[in-house]
Amino acid sequence: MSPLTLWPATASEQAARIDMLFTGLLVISGAILLLVAGLLLVLCARYRRGSAAPRGDLPDFIRRDVEIGWTAATLFLALFLFWWAGATQLRASDPPAGALEVHVVAKQWMWKTRYPNGAREINALHAPRGEAMRLMMTSQDVIHSFFVPAFRLKQDVLPGRFTEMWFRATKPGEYRLFCAEFCGTDHARMGGTVTVMEPEDFARWVAAQPQEEDLPGEGAALFTALGCSGCHAAASAVHAPVLAGVYGRMVHLADGRTVRADEAYLRDSILQPKRDVVVGYEPIMPSFDGLVDEADLQRLVAYLQSLRGEAAR
Amino acid sequence: MSGITAERAIPGAPPREPSYLTAKTGLASWLLTTDHKRIALLYMAAITVFFFVGGAGAVAIRIELFTPQADLLSADAYNRAFTFHGVIMVWFFLIPSIPNILGNFLLPLMIGAKDLAFPRLNLASWYIFMAAGGLAVYTLLSGGVDTGWTFYTPLTTAFSNGNVLAAAAAVFVSGFSTIATAVNFIATVHLQRAPGLTWFRLPLFVWAIYATSIVMVLATPVLAMVLALIFAERAFGIPIFDPLRGGDPILFQHLFWFYSHPAVYIMVLPSFGVISELVTCYARRRVFGYNFMVYAILWISLVGFLVWGHHMFVSGQSLFASLAFSLLSFIVAVPSAIKVFNWTATLYRGQIVFDAPMIYALGFIGLFTIGGLTGLFLASVPVDIHVTDTYFVVAHFHYIMVGGAVSALYGGLAFWWPKITGRLYPEGWARFAAIMMFFGFGFTFFPMFIMGYLGMPRRYHVYPEEFQVWHVLASAGAVILAFAYLLPMGFFAWSLIWGRRAPANPWGATGLEWQTSSPPPEENFHTPPVVEQGPYNYHPEHAGPPALEREQHQPQGRQP
Amino acid sequence: MSDIAARNAALRQPWRSLRRQREGAAFGIWIFLGSEVMFFGCALLTFAVYRSLWPDAFAAAARETNITYGTVNTALLLTSSLTMAAAAEGAAAGLRRLTLCCLAATVAFGIGFLVVKGFEYQEDITKHLVPGAGFRLEAPQAQIFFAFYWLLTGVHAVHLSTGIGIATVLGIQAWRGSRMLASPAFEALGLYWHFVDLVWVFLYPLLYLGGRS
Repeated sequence: MSPLTLWPATASEQAARIDMLFTGLLVISGAILLLVAGLLLVLCARYRRGSAAPRGDLPDFIRRDVEIGWTAATLFLALFLFWWAGATQLRASDPPAGALEVHVVAKQWMWKTRYPNGAREINALHAPRGEAMRLMMTSQDVIHSFFVPAFRLKQDVLPGRFTEMWFRATKPGEYRLFCAEFCGTDHARMGGTVTVMEPEDFARWVAAQPQEEDLPGEGAALFTALGCSGCHAAASAVHAPVLAGVYGRMVHLADGRTVRADEAYLRDSILQPKRDVVVGYEPIMPSFDGLVDEADLQRLVAYLQSLRGEAAR
Repeated sequence: MSGITAERAIPGAPPREPSYLTAKTGLASWLLTTDHKRIALLYMAAITVFFFVGGAGAVAIRIELFTPQADLLSADAYNRAFTFHGVIMVWFFLIPSIPNILGNFLLPLMIGAKDLAFPRLNLASWYIFMAAGGLAVYTLLSGGVDTGWTFYTPLTTAFSNGNVLAAAAAVFVSGFSTIATAVNFIATVHLQRAPGLTWFRLPLFVWAIYATSIVMVLATPVLAMVLALIFAERAFGIPIFDPLRGGDPILFQHLFWFYSHPAVYIMVLPSFGVISELVTCYARRRVFGYNFMVYAILWISLVGFLVWGHHMFVSGQSLFASLAFSLLSFIVAVPSAIKVFNWTATLYRGQIVFDAPMIYALGFIGLFTIGGLTGLFLASVPVDIHVTDTYFVVAHFHYIMVGGAVSALYGGLAFWWPKITGRLYPEGWARFAAIMMFFGFGFTFFPMFIMGYLGMPRRYHVYPEEFQVWHVLASAGAVILAFAYLLPMGFFAWSLIWGRRAPANPWGATGLEWQTSSPPPEENFHTPPVVEQGPYNYHPEHAGPPALEREQHQPQGRQP
Repeated sequence: MSDIAARNAALRQPWRSLRRQREGAAFGIWIFLGSEVMFFGCALLTFAVYRSLWPDAFAAAARETNITYGTVNTALLLTSSLTMAAAAEGAAAGLRRLTLCCLAATVAFGIGFLVVKGFEYQEDITKHLVPGAGFRLEAPQAQIFFAFYWLLTGVHAVHLSTGIGIATVLGIQAWRGSRMLASPAFEALGLYWHFVDLVWVFLYPLLYLGGRS
């Protein structure tokens, strides 16, 4: 277990404002809770059965005044809180002009980000400190939600339309990115990292990014889109080998041979799955010959190669 | 036989006539009964089973979350577990529990009626409920459903691998039962009140059940239609919420929450009624501000229909819609606060007895206050944006729906147990269980507020390590809570055989239900009651409660 | 059988008088109809939202429905409401012949509606108006219109069939004499029937008249 934390990291302008509002609400509701609990305890002790405290009733007008009094007080408190919360939100509603725009595409179960210069990332976002960044988000399948606790920001990502959110990061560091809207099997693993860097570091980082296609990432997308993940995911009900770390390993086949799972083996297994069945599995996989072209195969294989690191972790 | 003879031998005890429990025997006399009291017991049996089924889901969830990795359940199994937990607990436990067990049993008794307005409809409603429950269990057996109880599209309509159709059908069918019961309750309150029992002499429990029934009648059909749309879209491929063909998934959320937010009040309003009965009886005190309590209930059930959008602050709805819903959500907090203050003020100058039902009631007030105050956080748009879909929300609604409604259910069961069964429960054990429930609940759910603000999203079966300490606390608390739930089941069952026989009015409570024998005869009252005074007449209007006499019996009505 | 005996036979627990029981039945049905209003209201609201989002596609789709069938059905259903009202009033007044004739006519009109609806459905299927692959119209949003067309008319037909079933049972019971004309069931059925009729009064302009002005 990691050390006990009671307060999340605060890394955006809005986070600081929300923390203030949250603290205010904590103080107010703590006071109300203490009041209610204190009254309950005092009254329970004082007016327990048979205690010596005097009993008797109050005149009617006091009852009504007390009732109206605390109704009005609660109402004014509610209106005050509404004003405070609403004002806090309105202050942060519109992104400033000239904010750095990043496109975010969500799909089961990954985040894809694309920067203005064409650089792309999977499950990661880099942001410069002190500069406004605006995210234009859409989903390719179900509803997801882009959630960065350190920024106190969350926005649902919808299929068929764009949603946006913006922030100004205030503290360099690495923060967690979650998917907060339940999106199916691997919802809990649909996370990533948001890295806040000093502006000059960020500029260097963006410039250094390869701007060509990201093969493993697109392979991963295909892996889901083609339905591979339906059987080969660790949690699948279908009995199929889990592919994390398979690349480069020696595998035992049903007919007694042992081969190394290299690029050629992976390619063949996609196109002619019945040929080299791994021992202990049924030959139930359909052929994808004709369904995937060469480029797709490259992407898929690149994705499987990229899984090597994950398995070693 | 000897037991009955011994009973008759007690000096002063009235000769025991056949009660509703003994008037008829045989399985058919139960399964074909139109007696509201027996139907209440049928509901009690069924709902207890569903409580265990839904509880099994909770156990699986808490064990899985003990560690950050996936140990017990795979991702899909976990998703099915929490969906099933939600579906069963919401529609087959929380919504029917207090209205269909206590409401069914007590409503006619409290208003001096022989039965509900439509007794056969009442029985039909139970059978529909059982059919719906059967479908729900079939859903589980046929592989379960993995959409969350909220059934968000397009996950539900196009992407889920689970048995969505069966789950939707189960909830749809249960809606018929809910509506039938609600129609019955409303008609009963309107048309079956005893002579002299005017609207503002009704016990608050009757008011609460009445308001709940109105919400049920108006909200449940919306859920039914939404489920029908989901069902049609998934089964026949017709596009209704399909974004590829011009459909809007957000529209689904609007319709769903238009039902599901009032549904929260369906779950908690009946507990308000129970708590009002308990607090007044054990404080020997008229309820403080009866009229305000009634208006608060009605206000909640009305404004409760206008706040659904606060579930959707991050859904992409316009900021100004969010602000309007935020304002209304703050306003709906006011009547809830009034109720808490009034219960507290009812204690003032009382003669408070700390029997188990009172401990449950005090626990309820505490837990409901925390649940309600955290509702203020969630009504604030910016804070909600951070904590929605995290454990903060999970904690919040469990405080209201489980800490609140289940405390009230157990308290109410204990309070009316002598009336229902004619037996007294063991007081010491019951106090222990009540205290244990309060603390067990706190240990289980308070840590969730903290990890929610830290950013732990809900519906995660694997999670970053920094949250583990809170999950371990919650899981440990859940063990205590589970015992607090099971223990009463044990001593209630024990009391059926070995419990002391209860007199007609063991607590010296007002209310018509205490004027008939325990358990009541089949026709409820030997002579139809007539009411001449308001409820909670524990002491003369302008004086304090009488000192000490716990046994003193102050009838609300007289028997002509 | 004397009138008083007939009235006593129709009285059920827990009611104290037949007048009260009749009030109760009507009251219960009214509340139930309130629930039904929310049920159809939810679907109609959803329809309205989409209609305002995609007015052109909805108008084009509405032109594909068969207005002849729709109009004939409207006439059938409105007439059935008249006979139903007469049946309920007849039962309350104790006019056995009138009640039975009017109930039979109501059932006949209801079945006539369903038959016409069946022909219409058949034509819709042959014209490829079922949403999904091979749908007749270009605009994908037109499929939403027909999703609602099938759903709303289908749910309405289910309601109507329920009404026909209850009317048949009540008619047979009244004919055999096992149900007294004083029973509140006739009035309750009448209220339900008028509601189902009223739903169609909303569906007809939304589904058939849209896009045809």
